[in-house]
Amino acid sequence: MNASSARDARLAALRAEISAIESAGFAGGDRPCLAFGVAEVDARLAGGGLAAGLHEASAAAPSLGDEAAATLFLASIAARFSRREGAAGQVLWALARRDLFAPGLAQAGLTPDRLLYAQCRNDEEVLAVMEEGLRHGALAAVIGEAGRAGMASLRRLQLAAEEGGTAALLLRRWRKVGADPLGHPSAALTRWRIACAPSAPLPFAAEIGDGLGRARWQVALVRQRSGPPHEWLLEAPDAEARLALAARSGDRPDQAGRAPLPLAADVRAQAA
Amino acid sequence: MLPERGGGWRPGARWAREAQPQALALRRAEGALVTAHRQGNRNLLAAVCPRSRALGLEPGMPLAKARILVSGLDVRAADPEGDAAWLRRLGLFAARRWTPRAAVSGPDGLWLDLTGVAHLFGGERTMCARILAFCRRLGFTARIGVAGTTGAAHALARFGPEPLALCPGGREGDALALMPLAALRLDDKPLAAARRLGLERIGELVAMPRAPLQRRFGSTLLLRLDQALGRAPEPFDPIVPEEPPSVLLRFQEPIASPEAIAEACAEAARRLVPLLAESGLAARRLVLALQIVDNSVQYQTISLAKATRDGDHLRQLLCAMIEKIEPGFGIERLRLIAARVEPLGAEPIPGAMAGERPVPDLAALVDRLAVRLGARRIHRLTALESDLPERSVARAGPLTAPAAWPGWPRPVCLLYPPEPVEQVLSTVPDGPPRRFRWRGRVHQIAAADGPERVYGEWWRHESERAAVRDYFQVEDVEGARFWLYRSGDSEDPATGDTSWYLHGVFA
Repeated sequence: MNASSARDARLAALRAEISAIESAGFAGGDRPCLAFGVAEVDARLAGGGLAAGLHEASAAAPSLGDEAAATLFLASIAARFSRREGAAGQVLWALARRDLFAPGLAQAGLTPDRLLYAQCRNDEEVLAVMEEGLRHGALAAVIGEAGRAGMASLRRLQLAAEEGGTAALLLRRWRKVGADPLGHPSAALTRWRIACAPSAPLPFAAEIGDGLGRARWQVALVRQRSGPPHEWLLEAPDAEARLALAARSGDRPDQAGRAPLPLAADVRAQAA
Repeated sequence: MLPERGGGWRPGARWAREAQPQALALRRAEGALVTAHRQGNRNLLAAVCPRSRALGLEPGMPLAKARILVSGLDVRAADPEGDAAWLRRLGLFAARRWTPRAAVSGPDGLWLDLTGVAHLFGGERTMCARILAFCRRLGFTARIGVAGTTGAAHALARFGPEPLALCPGGREGDALALMPLAALRLDDKPLAAARRLGLERIGELVAMPRAPLQRRFGSTLLLRLDQALGRAPEPFDPIVPEEPPSVLLRFQEPIASPEAIAEACAEAARRLVPLLAESGLAARRLVLALQIVDNSVQYQTISLAKATRDGDHLRQLLCAMIEKIEPGFGIERLRLIAARVEPLGAEPIPGAMAGERPVPDLAALVDRLAVRLGARRIHRLTALESDLPERSVARAGPLTAPAAWPGWPRPVCLLYPPEPVEQVLSTVPDGPPRRFRWRGRVHQIAAADGPERVYGEWWRHESERAAVRDYFQVEDVEGARFWLYRSGDSEDPATGDTSWYLHGVFA
């Protein structure tokens, strides 16, 4: 008992030492970690949320649907960072593609007044613009999308993010089938892999055209600094950028508060 | 034809003595435009278009009379301030483009001093023809008089026989002899007095002895006459175009290394800031003009998102663009010009007293990114009022407040143009598809939502008059969500051919 508590204390001291080395002497602590607001996810994240640093996400497969999910996942994180700052939290998006549709982002909470776009021509420009935005310090988050990024440039991003106290969100895009964008090591604090998942059928839907439930994602935290990986089935963000844990159909919030339906036998007994 | 009047004709009847044609032939004018202004308690015509002039209207005529003479007259309020502003702008342009000495003359004229500049434009006649053509392109009807004195040029331009009248040097007297006295820039009083005496033309005035003229009309008449004939000097008050604040650095030795250029840029910014601060200005656009040893000049422009005179910020921006400079064998001179400036007063420092963390200005970041990428690549996206998704997004300036979109479900990725999908299987004619094939893959639909009907914008294009799109949000069995639309409402062929397109991908 005594020996194990001494070992725990020793481990904690070592962890603190390592984190001090990792943060390279930058304070970074004036902004606490940003929680997802989903208890099951936050409990698994070291520090209880996302710190101001580099976070990477990529689609689980090179399909447009998964890419869109990974994009919206990062957009919702940026929206949460932006909302933490209040009405004026600004997000810089270093764009390298043309198919991003701003009204869709607005529905994940990243409203147009929070978003500043920088049209970049290639990956190098994206990374340079992101670094510039991170070092500026007034932004809530910086989002970029890059296919190829070397360890050195990722390390630079991570340092700039810690220095500026701003979250750097990097969407790693698939360049070709079979080349996993998260295959190479990275300096990121967390790395995520997002895939679309079938949504729960609506309770009263009989036909195909009767409506769609909230979209679901298979969200995999493939790596995090000082913590183990994990995987969740999450529901897509709402207009306030809140994710939710996909509940089993029995304990959905809309049915939890509802009284159970009376059994037919009870109704008959009451009538008699 | 005379209308019937009571009493019939009698000798000396007042209506019979009146000049007839005006009152009787009521003319209808299409497109006759006049401007009117109020003088005392009367509404008078201020200016008339050539068409109204042909119909007999004159500036100074009462508006009520003009309305009687010409029905359907288009009357607008005169805008003397606006006219003066335009004239001044034109004068400023003339001072920059044609001659260093240009001045505004009265409410309707410009003086250009052609001394020593006409040969640059191919002689006086060619130059004036070019100026006339320029004014025609702008939509102005111009007349030009060229003479040795300002007074004679003034008279020739307004009372000359041709739109372009050139008077050979020293012949002002001949050119003016037949002109009315009004050409001499006189007030109403001496003009009325001269009319009473039967003096009409300038030539008659020249022939008269001076002493009685002086006694009767005062000194103004003779002064104007002498000025027109070149016997008396006349002051000329030219428009001076404002010089933008600028700093010039000359180097003893040509500089070429990035460190030296950076130091020079920093010095230029350091000197420019007090210049701006003195005049209460801040720069919106900086131009860096670098004169290279081979006498070529390189220009680099920095557009700023917000007017600023923050020396550190300007220095950073200048240093960020050093890599674009090609110094060649070295830079001899460096000029930093605040090409566009805006007034800027003192600014409060937010949170300084409360001890809050100062928030860096977003405009500074926008400027830095603009130097790196180009000013047009930094923007926001704002909503446009259009139901068609591809038209609902527009770029806006980086420091503007954009408008938000209505809350209809919209995808994260929008394909442009929409991609046709094949092998669509749908059980109901106007329902969602059950299966489709896109980019070589078959997608089996598990659930769908829709339709959301979007009509074509008939005011934009004739082909959109009847067009209809029915949008469906569908989810395939693997969970991927697509935004499909069917062109046409599947009843009326005019609305579309019921082919299916994939327009976007939801997350």
